[in-house]
Amino acid sequence: MHHRPATTESAPVRWLLIGLALLALSLFLLLPLLAVFVEAFRRGADVFFAALHTESALSAVRLTLIAAAISVPLNTVFGLAAAWTITKHRFRGRALLLSLIDLPFAVSPVIAGLVWVLLFGAKGWFGPWLAAHDIKIIFDLPGIILATVFVTFPFVARELIPLMEAQGSDQELAAVTLGANGWQMFWRVTLPNIKWGLLYGVLLCNARAMGEFGAVSVVSGHIRGKTNTLPLHIEVLYNEYQFSAAFACATLLGLLALVTLGLKTAVEQITHQRASRHH
Amino acid sequence: MKSLFPVLVAATLALLPASCGKHATSGITLLNVSYDPTREFYADVNQAFAKQWQADHGTALHIEQSHGGSGKQTRAVIDGLEADVVTLALAGDIDEIAKQTKLLPASWQSQLPQHSAPYTSTIVLVVRKGNPKGIKDWGDLVKDGVKVITPNPKTSGGARWNYLAAWAWAAKQFNGDQAQILAYMTRLFQNVPVLGTGARDSTSTFAQRGIGDVFLSWENEAYLIDREFPGLTEIIYPSLSILAEPPVAVVEANAAKHGTTAAARAYLEFLYTDAAQALAAKHFYRPRNAAIAEQAAVQFPAMPMVTVDADFGGWAKAQATHFNDGGTFDQVQGIKQ
Amino acid sequence: MSKHRVIPGFGLSLGFTLTYLSLIILIPLAALFLKAGGLGPAEWWRILSTPRVLAAAKLTFGASAAAAAVSAGVGLLVTWVLVRYRFPGRRLLDAMVDLPFALPTAVAGITLTSIYAPNGWIGHYLAGWGIQGAYSPFGVFIALTFIGFPFVVRTVQPVMEDLGVEFEEAAATLGAGRLTVFWRVILPALTPALVTGFTLAFARAIGEYGSVIFISGNLPMKTEILPLLIVSQLEQYKYREAAVIAAAMLLVSFALLFLINLLQRHLDWHKR
Repeated sequence: MHHRPATTESAPVRWLLIGLALLALSLFLLLPLLAVFVEAFRRGADVFFAALHTESALSAVRLTLIAAAISVPLNTVFGLAAAWTITKHRFRGRALLLSLIDLPFAVSPVIAGLVWVLLFGAKGWFGPWLAAHDIKIIFDLPGIILATVFVTFPFVARELIPLMEAQGSDQELAAVTLGANGWQMFWRVTLPNIKWGLLYGVLLCNARAMGEFGAVSVVSGHIRGKTNTLPLHIEVLYNEYQFSAAFACATLLGLLALVTLGLKTAVEQITHQRASRHH
Repeated sequence: MKSLFPVLVAATLALLPASCGKHATSGITLLNVSYDPTREFYADVNQAFAKQWQADHGTALHIEQSHGGSGKQTRAVIDGLEADVVTLALAGDIDEIAKQTKLLPASWQSQLPQHSAPYTSTIVLVVRKGNPKGIKDWGDLVKDGVKVITPNPKTSGGARWNYLAAWAWAAKQFNGDQAQILAYMTRLFQNVPVLGTGARDSTSTFAQRGIGDVFLSWENEAYLIDREFPGLTEIIYPSLSILAEPPVAVVEANAAKHGTTAAARAYLEFLYTDAAQALAAKHFYRPRNAAIAEQAAVQFPAMPMVTVDADFGGWAKAQATHFNDGGTFDQVQGIKQ
Repeated sequence: MSKHRVIPGFGLSLGFTLTYLSLIILIPLAALFLKAGGLGPAEWWRILSTPRVLAAAKLTFGASAAAAAVSAGVGLLVTWVLVRYRFPGRRLLDAMVDLPFALPTAVAGITLTSIYAPNGWIGHYLAGWGIQGAYSPFGVFIALTFIGFPFVVRTVQPVMEDLGVEFEEAAATLGAGRLTVFWRVILPALTPALVTGFTLAFARAIGEYGSVIFISGNLPMKTEILPLLIVSQLEQYKYREAAVIAAAMLLVSFALLFLINLLQRHLDWHKR
């Protein structure tokens, strides 16, 4: 991209704006991340690695991975279906459906946990039935997964909808004209077009799933080594005055954030290169 | 470039765990649902008890721990967290479980000796090293420029003890004159710049963030702060405080369901043995056993203490009068209902 | 609306979407509303009109609006720099924007508090100027800005990338200065996206809990937010009161999102 003098700013203004943006982002976004790493290594690398190598830390990591491994694919399938419905078809109530998909963004995590307690808690709608059949949902893995699914619900759909909207349906229409059925069209035409956007949505969804605190905290029961996810384990360590250990575990999630961002950047680079090759 | 997408997908899949945890602990498992400041204490107790159980019965016993704010933990048990035993901050919370769920009888407190409270504590004033603001007693907390740190009585069990201790002092000071007591409490809470959601939350505000001149704290927490942040704080014993009796109980319906009734009962009875009493003292709780208190590394000074039962009419009444919506705590905060 | 559907899969995808939506979002929220609905309108009013709830609502909505507004301003600047300029480290900057999405809220809360507390990296400078960072309404604002910021950038960015320079060129040819072009040509074109970004950031901020409780100080009437009030009601076993406050918050959030999606459709329609 090259700029014509009439539609860009003079160099000093340009660099001033870049400087301001850099300053804002560093103070605001980079500093907290830096603080996590500084605190984690305050008492040295030994303490850092020792903190990660405890039974309860490992079990928290395991639980976090399991919860994400189940909730992210669920929301990915949903995101695909919802985006397909909304962007390839026109129907009444589209705005309503879109708003409902966005809703979990606006629901307080506390409420996201509370609703499952109201449904499956001992005094909830299904509580007595679950107790009679000895099925545990709340304060066990299913509850943690449900809370995670709720909170990460919109991420994939939200990423795909604008993308598919922008791409339009011309290619699909062509495929139909050439006699493709729905699945063929999806696998051969739609998916290749959206795969990078889809991957990006999945990455964000995964990061949020692994990092969720408020909602999971309500339904977890905080049983050490059993129902504590990584963010909850961090809170536990923090409350036990093991600050370095708490931040050491936090660096895992910080690293996750960095890996997510790195992958995302790679994804964008590839998309960009392919786009320019097509032109 | 085309081949990168499958690689990324494969990498993502590889990151997902294949194993589904290993919870195959043979023998008996107990779940102890407790409150915040008991973490270190029960970590020691559980180890000692498991060892003794193994020796006595020849089977392994594993105790799972859950910690959090006392009120939050209570609610979790009511909502179905299947605790075999609860070890909470105040009797009112266990009363609430009995009332709401019938998981244990209303008479739970008479099942074990000494109101089912195997160890006690009290509320003290923690000040900065050298006591720069010259704080000696509750009356000094309402001076201008003194900043007081306490958790929120609405969300923290420990904070309710704090509140009642201050109230008891004011009641004695002003001969029970309600208006003067309320005026004192109002001024006290005007000096509170941060209300934490739990005891540990407030501890880090005071000790780590350096906010406040005096921190209202459990006695055991106060000693723990001194150990974790050496040379930062001093403990001041006020002229009057409150006898805090954190109670324990077997959640009978849950234990029966798990077939752990005998183990759960033995676990709580173990808390009254010399071994566990010594551990209580080690973690700065006041043991019930006077002889063990004598031998403890830290000597707990005797001081006049009120009790909730004698001076506030029991937890149900104290809760309704002071902490429910419209109670004195709301009035003190300037909240009219 | 097309008369007959050419692209297949409408029934299947709509059916799945609605079923999943109902199971995960609608039925649980219905449980919440039924709990709250057990109380009559008079009771709703009594619970919502207490000074403590009103004060918390004022802080929650006020700080959220302020945070979303600042996010919109700074977000616009950052997006502009990211889209219009090429400089070393641009991709890194771009990636960093998503950090608040990826960093767990509790970790964010703890670290923001340690940075903005009076003895923290930034807090002690603020204290020098007599500003209290953490444990004040300002602290709530900081946390909410952190949370909401990426929403603005990520909504405005695609629109700005699509924005052609033809109108700018035309305006420049007619002698308009750079600032005039920005105000008259660029900003109006970006307004719909900015509004959407603002609303998403605002809606997200209203519900935020994890990061705020560490930094706010939680003083009733002063620095207490609505989600904390819900928790505080639960601690008193007042499930219904908690449900009423939660339901009211939800209704407001939903109305906001719905309005925005309608507005968006309206704007799209005008473009055609």
